[in-house]
Amino acid sequence: MDWLLQQPTDAEWQAITLSLRVALVSVVTSLPLGVLVAWLLARQSFPGKSLFEGVVHMPLVVPPVVVGYGLLLLFGRRGPAGAWLYDHFGITLIFTWKGAALAAAVMGFPLMVQAIRLSIEAVDRRLEAAARTLGAGPLGVFFTVTVPLTLPGILVGSVLAFARSLGEFGATIVFVGNIPGETRTIPIAIYTLTQQPDGDLPALRLSIIALLLALAALIASEALARRIHARIRG
Amino acid sequence: MLEISVEKRLGSFGFAAEAALPASGVLALFGRSGAGKTTLVNMLAGLLSPDAGRIAIAGRALFDSAAGIDLPPERRRIGYVFQEGRLFPHLSVRTNLLYGHRRIPAEERAIKLPEIVELLGIGHLLGRRPANLSGGEKQRVAIGRALLSNPRLLLLDEPLAALDAARKAEILPFIERLRDEIGLPIVYVSHDPAEVLRLADNILLLDQGRVAAEGPVSEVFSRSELQQLVGAEEAGAVLTATVADHDEAYGLSRLTFGEDGSLIVPRIGAAIGSTIRLRIRARDVSLARRKPVEISVLNNLPARIVALHPANGPYCDVEMLSAGAPLWARITARSAEELRLSVGEEIYALVKAVSVDRLSLSTRASVSFRSGD
Repeated sequence: MDWLLQQPTDAEWQAITLSLRVALVSVVTSLPLGVLVAWLLARQSFPGKSLFEGVVHMPLVVPPVVVGYGLLLLFGRRGPAGAWLYDHFGITLIFTWKGAALAAAVMGFPLMVQAIRLSIEAVDRRLEAAARTLGAGPLGVFFTVTVPLTLPGILVGSVLAFARSLGEFGATIVFVGNIPGETRTIPIAIYTLTQQPDGDLPALRLSIIALLLALAALIASEALARRIHARIRG
Repeated sequence: MLEISVEKRLGSFGFAAEAALPASGVLALFGRSGAGKTTLVNMLAGLLSPDAGRIAIAGRALFDSAAGIDLPPERRRIGYVFQEGRLFPHLSVRTNLLYGHRRIPAEERAIKLPEIVELLGIGHLLGRRPANLSGGEKQRVAIGRALLSNPRLLLLDEPLAALDAARKAEILPFIERLRDEIGLPIVYVSHDPAEVLRLADNILLLDQGRVAAEGPVSEVFSRSELQQLVGAEEAGAVLTATVADHDEAYGLSRLTFGEDGSLIVPRIGAAIGSTIRLRIRARDVSLARRKPVEISVLNNLPARIVALHPANGPYCDVEMLSAGAPLWARITARSAEELRLSVGEEIYALVKAVSVDRLSLSTRASVSFRSGD
């Protein structure tokens, strides 16, 4: 069992820290948009809402490889979005960890939005009306009443998206490839190991690490959720 | 003045109201459930837009469909205390109280936290969360929160409806203090005649989305066509009386009302000459053909029958005028027949109980007692 208890190797550390960074960045950057989209779906009605909703949930039903290929077409150096980003900001997504974060964000987005949306729908709108009579404008009500009361859903959505990011494989490998230290996240590292003649045990080690990370994220979110509930319920 | 002239259709419910009432003291919005009371206060607060019409307070239009004005709630400066309190569950009592206060310019914060805390007796609650408050405490905090936003008008939508009798008794004095000490115009929504009589100066009576009556409480409550809206238990007359003198030996007071009417009641704590409001419920009045002799009831008022109204069950409501003031008696239809009562006849009304609902001006006490027996 020595092989299991050894310190992680450099290559393993690389994959672990990269995965955590990609997951964290994907969640943090997509969260504001996730809250906005969830609010639109929960509270607004507008023409084309069903179509909009379908597009948001697309990554849940489309094969991840297809999403990755779509990102490649859009955000590749010659893709419309990719060329624009490069020309104006000098940002390259393809074959970089930032691209991996984008792929993870897109794949986790429907999970995040769904959790936040349910939470917004559960907010008592009469409280928002009360806030209006006390002098708060629509934006003030959103940030002082709606968002605080939605925190449990925001947390759940973030943890789901984070866990989804840690596991993201298909869209990532198509969009940003398999570059050690840049885009070789834990799932891609595991895949690489299984393709090697003596990679079985290292692959198992990394799989166990992935499992522990996901478990840690869930336990942390449970603890946080309890604190948030205590704050809201008093 | 509070000017209201609005129309609103909500599904099958049509609401149309027109009224102009003084924007001072307490205005009661009274009516049965579904009469449109909450619809109207929501329109005043800006939470519901009328289809057409105009709402103005002291000449300032809050809504005017012709002029294209519809101020959002946050710009109306109208405090709103809801039936269910609606405290923000994620904020402490203190932060709840200051929610509106922090959103107005500093120079307009005439009503401040310490005086509200003292007025409502909520100092010990400041650090708590709404979830840890009793129903009565929640309502007091909700009232404080609305007041601290320094509104120009305060709406109270059945603030006592969700509370039991003991909690009601705990809150009512605070509302009386608002009326008497802060002098803020209040719109008080209620379906409880006792509350309205105790608190209100004017009344707007709603029935099925229409204004059934408006005016001073004592006038409106005594009008015949409204008796059924008030409810059988509480139906009766409201009169304004003056304290004429006190009989210290027997512990009695004499009150005068109308042209030359007088009533004897147990000694009340109001100075001679002060004006008080009395309520005489129909069920506390008996009738006699001739002036009764050797009877314990002190108040035998000569009266003239104005109308006979058949009431629910075995009863008959007799509408009378005594010394020019309205008076009602609820007797059985059988008695009415046996006494051969008819309109225009002179009769004696035996008043068994008088409620002093509101000692106007300085005092806040409300007393109720049996008279004369």
